Amino acid sequence: MAKVIGAVVVDNEECKGCGLCVVACPQDVLSQNKQVNGRGYHYSFMKNPEACIGCSNCATVCPDSCIVVYRVKIQEVRNEPVLVS
Amino acid sequence: MNLADIINPNNLVYEKPKLLTENTMHYCPGCSHGVVHKLLAEVILDLDIQEKTIGVSPVGCAVFAYNYIEIDWQEAAHGRAPAVATGIARCNPDKVVFTYQGDGDLASIGTAEILHACNRGENMVVIFVNNGIYGMTGGQMAPTTLLGQVTATTPNGRDAGRNGYPLKITELIAQLPGTSYVTRQSVHTPASIRKCKKAISKAFQAAIDKKGTSFVEVVSTCNMNWKMSPVKSNEWMVDNMFPFYQPGDLKDSTKADPASYTPLKN
Amino acid sequence: MGELRLMKGNEVIAEAAIRCGCDGYFGYPITPQSEIMETLMDREPWNETGMVVLQAESEIASIHMVHGAAGSGKKVMTSSSSPGISLMAEGISYIAGAELPCLIVNVQRGGPGLGTIQPSQADYFQSTKGGGHGDYRLIVLAPSSVQEMNDFVETGFKLAFKYRNPAMILTDGVIGQMMEKVVLADYIPRVTDEEIDRRHGSWVTNGRKPHRERNIITSLEMDSLKMEQNNIRLQDKYAKMEEEDVLFEEVQCEDAEYLLVAFGSSARICQKAVDQCREKGIKVGLLRPITLFPFPKKPIAALAKQVKGMLVVEMNAGQMVEDVQLAAGCMIPVKHFGRMGGIIPSPAEVVEALEQKLIGG
Repeated sequence: MAKVIGAVVVDNEECKGCGLCVVACPQDVLSQNKQVNGRGYHYSFMKNPEACIGCSNCATVCPDSCIVVYRVKIQEVRNEPVLVS
Repeated sequence: MNLADIINPNNLVYEKPKLLTENTMHYCPGCSHGVVHKLLAEVILDLDIQEKTIGVSPVGCAVFAYNYIEIDWQEAAHGRAPAVATGIARCNPDKVVFTYQGDGDLASIGTAEILHACNRGENMVVIFVNNGIYGMTGGQMAPTTLLGQVTATTPNGRDAGRNGYPLKITELIAQLPGTSYVTRQSVHTPASIRKCKKAISKAFQAAIDKKGTSFVEVVSTCNMNWKMSPVKSNEWMVDNMFPFYQPGDLKDSTKADPASYTPLKN
Repeated sequence: MGELRLMKGNEVIAEAAIRCGCDGYFGYPITPQSEIMETLMDREPWNETGMVVLQAESEIASIHMVHGAAGSGKKVMTSSSSPGISLMAEGISYIAGAELPCLIVNVQRGGPGLGTIQPSQADYFQSTKGGGHGDYRLIVLAPSSVQEMNDFVETGFKLAFKYRNPAMILTDGVIGQMMEKVVLADYIPRVTDEEIDRRHGSWVTNGRKPHRERNIITSLEMDSLKMEQNNIRLQDKYAKMEEEDVLFEEVQCEDAEYLLVAFGSSARICQKAVDQCREKGIKVGLLRPITLFPFPKKPIAALAKQVKGMLVVEMNAGQMVEDVQLAAGCMIPVKHFGRMGGIIPSPAEVVEALEQKLIGG
């Protein structure tokens, strides 16, 4: 059975910590960091990376275009994930 | 499978549009302008018109819009973007010209310019970002401020008797025969953003096809001056702005028979 | 030799614009200059040269349309009369700040306020000292004949493009409404888009080309040090204008003991006054500034060493007289004679004023 897994990369220094990506995520992957970046913002990070499905919702709503999204489809063969694409 | 395997250029599905510059936007955290800029950059690149598109930026928060999209830009005086765009478009009929204006710029000081440009059917796109407040100057009442809405110049809420009524300028614009496509969109959810992108794309296609003025209002937030978090602002917008500024197409004659309207004569 | 015609000053502005390859005119009706746009609309230059002519919703819109089109490298113009020019002040300041070339014609009427539609020269300060906000100058040309109305359209555009600065033809209802014979210029083809890219590719906003960086036209600069540099660059440009492009005319100045200084329609009256003075045996000359900015300071300073006094004749309460006084220094008396409210002084009045204010005094 095919499964989609994803990952996002947040540009920590560009992120202004607005939190819009956090609520846009259907999988509750993102959260705002307790740490601040160089400009004092609580930048977003993947607190729950294994839940990401690479849907791009977070990046779509990001006003500062600081999220890059990756996605892969994997097939479960003998309980070992195999890269499909 | 670990993160390093996923984060690989082959698996890329979303990145910053290539037409956006490297400049960090000056907008406040969570500001809708950033999303609208991103959509513009995507649409201009999708339509492959970056070499013939000229943007006209306003006075207001988006005064620096020219810093963010890799195209030629001209900065207009407050409210005069439609006149500046008219000058460019009339003398360069094969170019694609758009204005990017806020509600103070477009619906207050620039009311004459926008109405007449739209009424002449100038071949251009208007992106109208309406957040119901003056952002740049610090949150004063705009023509589009809702009744009861608190701003720096309506500290007890906008009162119709004292301040007049909020102006639905997009409804006025939709009445004008020069406009071919008039729509009201928003950018508060992934779905609304995708829809807004389609609307902006349609507006630019209409300009390419010389169909007169296309007008895209984006009902937006100004969390800083609304004094709410970005997330709360979106909720407030849905609850308060949408009932008055209802999203959806107000007019679409882009598919109309060309014989049914008078094309612009240069 | 060009075509000889009998034409009104305002009509000639329109004709000259078409012939000099102007790309666009944006205007709004106002007396006493409406014939400019009427003539253009009647001539339909869009069929002939491809020139755009658009009646805008206001003077404000007109000047900002000029702003936009000028930014794309086009040769564009507008025209108006005093109250309309006041409305354009915002746009003119932006155009000067953004360093764009364009031509503005002001067929002056009397003010302040709605004033009168009769001729006046009361916009001298507004035209030469800026007019809108900020430290800027216009190149100001003051024609005194219908022929010069024709000639200064192309001169104005040339200077505007040389300096990337708005140029103004400052005239009034006398010259605008007067009919005279005029030798029209030969047609110059409009500049092609390729030529615009070649000449002005470093600044025009006509679509980013693959071979160049994107261009941004703005007068905005938040960094004070950079903004000061922008201001200094503008001032350097104005200094260069004063060095290279001062225009003036001297009439019978060689042996003059008294000097009349006047521009535009006043200069024509003064020319007659010079003759009348000479008939009376008074040696009077006339200096006519043609560029009001850059102002002909040097010839006035030179004549200040020669004459016993100067009379500045203007159809206003005394505006150019301040520049003449500055140029002449405190060496000799410099007096003003003016009529206002749309009254045109007669040569006899000028002679009388000269006698009373300088010779008799």
